[in-house]
Amino acid sequence: MATNFEKVVSLARKNSIWPLPFATSCCGIEFMATMGSHYDLARFGSERVSFSPRQCDLLMVMGTIAKKMGPIVKQVYLQMAEPRWVLAMGACACSGGIFDSYPVLQGIDQIIPVDVYVPGCPPRPEAVLDGFMKIQDLVNAEGLRRRHSDQYKDLLAGYGIQ
Amino acid sequence: MTNETIKLRLTEKFPDVLTGWEEPYGMLTFTAPKDFNLKVLQFLYDDTELRFRFLTDLQAVHYPDRTGEELAVVYHLHNLFDNVRIRFKVFADITKPDVFSATALYQSANWMERETYDFYGVNFLGHPNLIRILNVDEMDYFPMRKEFPLEEQTRVDKDDEMFGR
Repeated sequence: MATNFEKVVSLARKNSIWPLPFATSCCGIEFMATMGSHYDLARFGSERVSFSPRQCDLLMVMGTIAKKMGPIVKQVYLQMAEPRWVLAMGACACSGGIFDSYPVLQGIDQIIPVDVYVPGCPPRPEAVLDGFMKIQDLVNAEGLRRRHSDQYKDLLAGYGIQ
Repeated sequence: MTNETIKLRLTEKFPDVLTGWEEPYGMLTFTAPKDFNLKVLQFLYDDTELRFRFLTDLQAVHYPDRTGEELAVVYHLHNLFDNVRIRFKVFADITKPDVFSATALYQSANWMERETYDFYGVNFLGHPNLIRILNVDEMDYFPMRKEFPLEEQTRVDKDDEMFGR
């Protein structure tokens, strides 16, 4: 489990993810329940919900993102330090959801890369926890240098980042 | 103050100009030529009996079938002294949707004319800052006009077959 440096780092990262909740609507309420004692996201090492992007590892976008809000989401993402992950919670953040109309961004993956999508309208806290554990798996499996790879750089370049 | 007295005052002041008198749900409604909108508003504001000094609402409607007068701009006015409301419309050609701005008369027109411009593209002549207010600045069309579909056109994952179309 902790036989080499890379695995130690992965283990540490995976169990101390600081989430940044970007909550714009009802999914945010469901996230509050997830943070509460009944479901308790703190069990997964995320006791500390931070509202400063530079200290965060995981951007959790929860709720409808209007096109006018798009640049703000992107700016928050850019302010986060590598390594960073993104979880899109709820139908709106994943695909625009029921708001298939002119003012709403049809999924945040149009502006930033997303690691895990949690469907639902809104998803139950169990689903959020499941998505969070998927993020933990990604963090655990991710090598120290994946983010230096050409593939990752191409992905970010596809979003016009860096 | 009844609808009849308001109508009488207006027709005395503007004979043969105002048309389309209606009273849906008791609310007096009429139509004015486009170039008369400020004259009518000024009269309704200044007249010592009418005193319509509050512009409650201003918006547009798009009628694609009315050739030459596709865009209706609707003014809702309120007399706060007698608690009476009226509504009047002007029609504009969609190829040249120029309407005089009411901002000099009603401060509340500033926000609402920007909104109407944003969604219908009505060009309010004399507005101090006629730019988009609710939609993104990059938007290059007027979304409430009927020729634009309601659904977001950038969406690629919606397969028509799956939605029974």
